Amino acid sequence: MTDTALHPSAFEAHHHDDHAHHDADHKPAFFQRWFMSTNHKDIGTLYLIFAIFAGIVGGAISGLMRLELAHPGIQYLGAWASFVHQSPQSLDESLHFWNVLITAHGLIMVFFMVMPAMIGGFGNWFVPLMIGAPDMAFPRMNNISFWLLIPSMILLFSSPFFGGAGNGWTLYAPLSTYGEPGPSTDMAILALHLAGASSILGAINFITTIFNMRAPGMTLHKMPLFVWSVLVTAFLLLLALPVLAAAITMLLTDRNFHTTFFDPAGGGDPILYQHLFWFFGHPEVYIMILPGFGMISHVISTFSKKPVFGYLGMAYAMVAIGVVGFVVWAHHMFTTGLSVDVKMYFTAATMVIAVPTGIKIFSWIATMWGGSLSFKTPMMWAIGFIFMFTVGGVTGVVLANGGVDDNMQDTYYVVAHFHYVLSLGAVFSLFSGFYYWFPKMSGRMMNETLGHIHFWVFFIGVNILFFPMHFLGLQAMQRRVPDYTPALEHWNTIASYGYAIMGVSMLVFFVNLFWSLAAGKKAGDSPWGDGATTLEWTLSSPPPYHQFETLPVID
Amino acid sequence: MRMMGLKSIVLAVGLAMAGVGHAAPQAPATPAAATASTTPAAAPAAAKPAAAAPTDPMLAMDGAPAMLPTPGVGMPVAGEYGLQPQVTKNGERALGFHNHILVPVITGISVFVLFLLLWVMFRYRASANPVPSKTSHNTLIEILWTGIPVIILALIAAPSIGLLSAQFKPAPDGAVTLKAIGNQWYWSYQYPDHGGFEITANMLKEKGEGQPGERTRTDADGPKLLATDNRVVLPVGVPIRLLTTSVDVIHSWSIPAFWIKLDAVPGRVNETSFTIEKEGVYYGVCSELCGARHGFMPITVEAVKPEVFAAWVKAKGGTMPGAAKPAAAAPAAGTAEIANTTGPVENATSAAPATNQAAAAGNAGQ
Repeated sequence: MTDTALHPSAFEAHHHDDHAHHDADHKPAFFQRWFMSTNHKDIGTLYLIFAIFAGIVGGAISGLMRLELAHPGIQYLGAWASFVHQSPQSLDESLHFWNVLITAHGLIMVFFMVMPAMIGGFGNWFVPLMIGAPDMAFPRMNNISFWLLIPSMILLFSSPFFGGAGNGWTLYAPLSTYGEPGPSTDMAILALHLAGASSILGAINFITTIFNMRAPGMTLHKMPLFVWSVLVTAFLLLLALPVLAAAITMLLTDRNFHTTFFDPAGGGDPILYQHLFWFFGHPEVYIMILPGFGMISHVISTFSKKPVFGYLGMAYAMVAIGVVGFVVWAHHMFTTGLSVDVKMYFTAATMVIAVPTGIKIFSWIATMWGGSLSFKTPMMWAIGFIFMFTVGGVTGVVLANGGVDDNMQDTYYVVAHFHYVLSLGAVFSLFSGFYYWFPKMSGRMMNETLGHIHFWVFFIGVNILFFPMHFLGLQAMQRRVPDYTPALEHWNTIASYGYAIMGVSMLVFFVNLFWSLAAGKKAGDSPWGDGATTLEWTLSSPPPYHQFETLPVID
Repeated sequence: MRMMGLKSIVLAVGLAMAGVGHAAPQAPATPAAATASTTPAAAPAAAKPAAAAPTDPMLAMDGAPAMLPTPGVGMPVAGEYGLQPQVTKNGERALGFHNHILVPVITGISVFVLFLLLWVMFRYRASANPVPSKTSHNTLIEILWTGIPVIILALIAAPSIGLLSAQFKPAPDGAVTLKAIGNQWYWSYQYPDHGGFEITANMLKEKGEGQPGERTRTDADGPKLLATDNRVVLPVGVPIRLLTTSVDVIHSWSIPAFWIKLDAVPGRVNETSFTIEKEGVYYGVCSELCGARHGFMPITVEAVKPEVFAAWVKAKGGTMPGAAKPAAAAPAAGTAEIANTTGPVENATSAAPATNQAAAAGNAGQ
């Protein structure tokens, strides 16, 4: 209801834009436009390009891992390690290189792919458009948010050439302190510092923009759900990242200045690091999925031609997930020797999260219920998301039980769980959002047939890739190993085939992407029809360089 | 067409999930089968103490293993998709909770969501329902889909909390204490109640991989990457108090067949307990990333009759509690000896945490 109410007056705003078209579309020269940008859409585009590049690198690394894991024994690791270091590597150095790969895969996918795409990319592009703002509140800070990621990525990508950080993305002390000499881990930590600073600045920018720059008449309760999701995410970032910064700063001083925050020999405690890390790390997993929730709501609503069911419930479910997400962190630490009371509390608190998540799942289905559904590519990804996220979510309920988790902790069951919610959850929502908003961003439609092929092949591939990991985990294959006992070969080989299928689908995606950019059908202002009711669809495709010079008024 | 495709895919996934559900009814059958197949393997072990007791009851720890592993028990099985059969009370309880409550519930929820999605996609496709409704609120259904999950979760939480409290029941007096110490990259073990002797367990290399003369793995030792040169010997039917700690980075001691996983943290001693119900050889792996050879420091437990355990302790130079206590210097001597005999890894940092670990010994996980 709220969404449709936006439409009539917003349409008027579009006419105003047309009047000022020649001014609104004046673009600066190339260098100034892309390297000194203060335009939220250009910065959003930069973020998306960055995320796609990082996704290719992170995805290629997982391809290396699946290749090595396809069969028992160490087949390729030595050659890869020797190639990277340009000198023959011993067995231990090769095995360490494996840990470098898993660390890089995790950090790249979390900090350089999902977060920049969701928040930096789609957040930058569509939060101002959806709230009827001309730009972000702090355009120059927006620019530095993006450009901080570049040195961060350079630090992380060059660290393997200085030995490599092989601590896992969690950087647990003491493996990351006295367990690993050399500059690589310091480089990885500094990379996280920069990425964290970038995200904190971004979060401040989003909070300010959303609170102060909504179009006249757009109350918080009329705000599109994607904006709600970015608002909640920004608060999570703002509260969680400083804790990460503190934790990894202590790692740095432990490593370099002989402090002993995490070293028992000096009265420190390695478990303290885990508490600090997961106090950040658990909100982080919601940071990676909440904007996806927002996107899925818009896609489902658009292609059902129906307003979102239970709008307020949807918005406050995200707030609830954000709040509860801060008090469940130690379920990542069930085997560290927590006391029974602590384990019971974190078991119960973790289960609570299933309730708002369930509200969201059912509200999406209820949005579709009674609608008039058209199965365009973005809708396929959104429906795929709902089911895959459910599968990933229910295994989360299994893992929430501290007594059961003793068996699954640090096995492939956990790997399967978080890839279902991320690689099939967050990534599905990213593709959904990308296919949905590509016409708005580029002015051209993507090819529907190729889009559907991409969806189906990807869907089949990732399920073959990740579903067997549940079985491997229940059979007690531990995470983060390059080799395994031969009995585990069966499911590992199948999983590696799944990766290959998924890889083929990504080729289809890139063909579609470049083809559509160059020669896709021209998109109208609102190519998805009447179901798309948010303000961005009242603008031209692509929108003018400066939009909403006269603010739209919401009834 | 597209609909058919989606259906078949999601049905396949659904079936696969239902397959996990089927593991539940099968689970009780598996231990029974295991018992049957244990008998031949257990026979040599049972014969051993009689033969070994008078002369050298070492259970041939330096050569061929005394007890043969039972295929399919205490280790992963090719193509299997459920949990390993459990040989502890709490393990069976947790396995039952997982197989009979959690898996049916999560399978049911997933299938329910899948069914709703497929129904909605079919019933409300644009060609079948050209005019969408404008309904966006229904208070009753919103209360239902908030309330029903709360009830389901409460029903899950009750046995879950019960399981936790059972797992945290401290070991009674008379329990056998095993102290597992993580090292990069092997485990060492102390038996503090039995004279404090110490053994180390390194992964057995494959034929042709080790140095000349080094003992390599045979099938009698167990599966590749899981078998160790020295096994942790523990008695069946006797409560075991497991203490874990580490001298370098964090490791994690786990035996899936016991439903036990406990991190070995430098500067801390964590504690848990379990009772092994069945003789056999059980394999586990280090379950916390600990550096290059993280995947290559397995854990092998050989569970034997208490009298065989007593003989083994004696052969190791230890004493059974109740017998005269050995000299107080024994633990220190044991440690010193081990420092000389294990030398695969020199760790510069081991000294500091080792002292610490003594200081923090009271800081158990309970």
